Amino acid sequence: MGITSALAAQFGQMLLVLALAPALTGLTRKMKARLQRRIGPPIFQPYRDLRRLFNKDVVLADNSSWLFRVAPYLIFAATWVAAALVPTFQTGLLFSWAGDLIAIVALLGAARFVQAVAALDTGTSFGGIGASREIMIAALAEPAMIMVVFTVALVAGSTQLSTIAAFMADTGGLRVSLAMALVALIIVALAENARIPVDNPSTHLEVTMVHEAMVLEYSGRHLAMIELAASLKLLLYISIIACIFFPFGLITDGAGLSAHAISLAAYLLKVTAASLLLATLETVIAKMRVFRVPNLLGVALMLGLLGTLLLFVSGGM
Amino acid sequence: MPIVLACVAGLLAVSALSLPLLRHRAATAAVYSACLAISLVLCAAAVLSIGQADSETVLPLGLPWLGAHIRLDPLAYAFLAIVNFGAASASLYAIGYGRHEAEPARVLPFYPAFLAAMNLVVIADDAYSFLFAWELMSLASWALVMARHHAAKTAYAGLVYLIMASFGTFALLFAFGLLAGAHGDYAFDAIRAHHLSPGLAGLALVLAVVGAGSKAGLVPLHVWLPLAHPAAPSHVSALMSGVMTKVAIYAFIRVTFDLMGAPAWWWSLPALLLGGATAAIGVLYALMETDLKRVLAYSTIENVGIIFIAIGLALAFKASGLPGAAALALTAALFHSLNHMLFKSTLFFGAGSVIVATGEQDMERLGGLIHRMPISSAAFLAASMAISALPPFNGFASEWLIFQSILVSPQLPRMGLKLLVPAVGVLLALAAALAAACFVRAFGATYLGRPRTTAAGEAREADRWSLAAMLTCATLCLLTGLFPGIVIDWLQPAVTVLVAGQMPPQAAIPWLSIVPISASRSSYNGFLLFAFVAVSASFAAVVVHRFASRMVRKAPFWDCGYPGLGVVAQYSATSLAQPIRRVFATVAFAAHEQAEMPPPGDLRPASLRRFLRDPVWHFMYAPVASAVGASATLLNHVQFFTIRRYLSFVFVALIVLLVVLALWG
Repeated sequence: MGITSALAAQFGQMLLVLALAPALTGLTRKMKARLQRRIGPPIFQPYRDLRRLFNKDVVLADNSSWLFRVAPYLIFAATWVAAALVPTFQTGLLFSWAGDLIAIVALLGAARFVQAVAALDTGTSFGGIGASREIMIAALAEPAMIMVVFTVALVAGSTQLSTIAAFMADTGGLRVSLAMALVALIIVALAENARIPVDNPSTHLEVTMVHEAMVLEYSGRHLAMIELAASLKLLLYISIIACIFFPFGLITDGAGLSAHAISLAAYLLKVTAASLLLATLETVIAKMRVFRVPNLLGVALMLGLLGTLLLFVSGGM
Repeated sequence: MPIVLACVAGLLAVSALSLPLLRHRAATAAVYSACLAISLVLCAAAVLSIGQADSETVLPLGLPWLGAHIRLDPLAYAFLAIVNFGAASASLYAIGYGRHEAEPARVLPFYPAFLAAMNLVVIADDAYSFLFAWELMSLASWALVMARHHAAKTAYAGLVYLIMASFGTFALLFAFGLLAGAHGDYAFDAIRAHHLSPGLAGLALVLAVVGAGSKAGLVPLHVWLPLAHPAAPSHVSALMSGVMTKVAIYAFIRVTFDLMGAPAWWWSLPALLLGGATAAIGVLYALMETDLKRVLAYSTIENVGIIFIAIGLALAFKASGLPGAAALALTAALFHSLNHMLFKSTLFFGAGSVIVATGEQDMERLGGLIHRMPISSAAFLAASMAISALPPFNGFASEWLIFQSILVSPQLPRMGLKLLVPAVGVLLALAAALAAACFVRAFGATYLGRPRTTAAGEAREADRWSLAAMLTCATLCLLTGLFPGIVIDWLQPAVTVLVAGQMPPQAAIPWLSIVPISASRSSYNGFLLFAFVAVSASFAAVVVHRFASRMVRKAPFWDCGYPGLGVVAQYSATSLAQPIRRVFATVAFAAHEQAEMPPPGDLRPASLRRFLRDPVWHFMYAPVASAVGASATLLNHVQFFTIRRYLSFVFVALIVLLVVLALWG
């Protein structure tokens, strides 16, 4: 296989996740609305929102610094690069060896760091409340995620996501630790993406919000970049869960055109299913109080640790 | 070898020569420039000669029948490079920063001596010169801590530091005594040849942990560190945090990997247990603190914990006959030592500039400095991201290596280690995440938002020298993060000597990636990730500005419709840590709050009090301190007896001694 097709696969995937991410958000909102017996906005509403935001002026606070203006692009770029390292429908991407699963987690951590400091930049109390809660949630979600990475990496013998996906697709099978890792990963994904029960993506009530409080001062194209990054992050987590735990349909570099079509369809199917599950989950459970979130994340952390411990004790590898 | 010795002698000469020049106006610049030049030479020599054969010599100094043994091996070169780069950047910083010193005469003579002592510890090859240099290092740094003796807290800090430093040296003294054996020679060669029984080895290990750990800041021996490091002038704080703790880590590595011979698996336990606890508790302490320099000092404790985790893993691997994995973990430890020197220096330089500019070091009285000090705030931000282990900076590269070495540890044969290592992994991950929280808070409260005091609002950017030092270190944080393979390859001679294994040569990996064990497992490429993020961010910005909107309107901030609140309504450092305090510190520090709301009509102000209990101080040191105090009070009675009673005491003591002698014979 030539370098051109590998490059095409890599960039094709980068564009695919970028194009697909708002639709995922729209789809989830639509399904949630239907489950609540509302009609809801069209699936493609997020695209229109983004276009509108992109074309609006930015209203900048007088006392904001360069950091505030640079942050949206950095957040977006870090999230996009992280998403580009996750196999969606094809493993063995050209640049996948540039960063493993730990690097993906850390890239998202870097995006969050930038987001939190940008929230503090204007010196408003809402930015502060959002940042302080976000760092508390991250302080538990990140170790839980690392433990999930450990579990998966010990099973597959690598932290490289492509290798893991290929391993799972080949030898798969049920393992207790993997089940624990899956539950932990889902909890972490909910927390990281500011979904119910950790945060409510559609609220603007000050006592409940985390992510929305951090981006409160943003407007126009800056807000659009952050919203797009948030959608990308949701798609990224769904892709990670899909490629580790449900790796069917994944192809490697060099498959035929029909195989590409099938694997792409399988990927879209997985994303749709995840979106439906997310909408159902968000409909049937209520948001938690902020200070009960650590209990939930603690469960994730312990599950991750247990999964890792089991693998260590059983000899691993 | 001659270069190194000449440079150390040069530093001591600078120290001596500075004495007659103290009153001179140019003394500050002269002393620091000389230190800068000498440190740069030493650093360059160490960097270039790490792969060379060992060289040793005996100087006719010290004890007459022993002499001063000096030996330069790859491990010594690695730490010489770390020590002297830190020293060079601190000296560069101090050329500018030192001008603001109220009493330069209290700093200038001790500073070169401190640098010389740290170099001597690293090159010493017998227990006597080692301990002599170690004690010189302690005393010189103690004198530097006491430079601002007028501040009320400084005297207390100096006292605690002195007690803990002597305690640590005592422990090391006994450790060397055990290692040398009853008829031993104190030269390290003789110590290497002498083998201990497991029980004695365990005792020596404990003593080494106490001795080196108390200097490095291992919990629970850390109590002096957050007092002493911040009390010193900021360039000295940077040296103590970034460099002196590394000298302590050198001592631990030298004793456990080199002098004590082949390790047993349980040698790794104290390093792993204490390292994990130190990493997690250190950063929690930092989150509870509002004094900027104390935050940095506590974060040093955290990083020492991380390094000890890596050392513990390396010991476990070495003892289990896994040289490749041991090389990985030890490389991670050395790499993180280097990285911590770089970013902690930057952070302390930044804190020093803030103090010079505003006169404040309490984060509750700062804020908004990013507008007044743009360059130093950028350096501080870069170092904050590096210390939070975020890519593409160097902190992530070294923590990635540690995570990778945890992932090869299921190969360890011992069940105890298998259970312990994942738990240590959780603590490490927790420490990394909390460090990010800690530095969001430190950077946000200090540099962002609106100035909380007029002093913060009128701050001025630091001078050229300080900025040059900060930017150099911050740039190196980025560069070593982008090209970690170069550093890893450079460290391999030192690693090979100690664990008889090495990591795969990183220069052979295409595209400047790094791999931990073998290419098939995992890889990381900081440069490529950085390039991708930079390109995507600029691409997004260009596209948006070109095809969408590029208009900007300025307006007051919105704040959900409540813009009229004053600067005190901003989130402060204390309130930023409130969720974490509530989640973690209620257990660790018995943290609680007491809110008092007077009923309507009552004119008393409402109050909110915060209580924290330092568990280490409360359960370990406070009982000892009160016991010492109580026994001193008891003994106080002895002071006021009449002469007759003293004479009778002497008489009774004499009789008792004679009886004992008679019975003995």
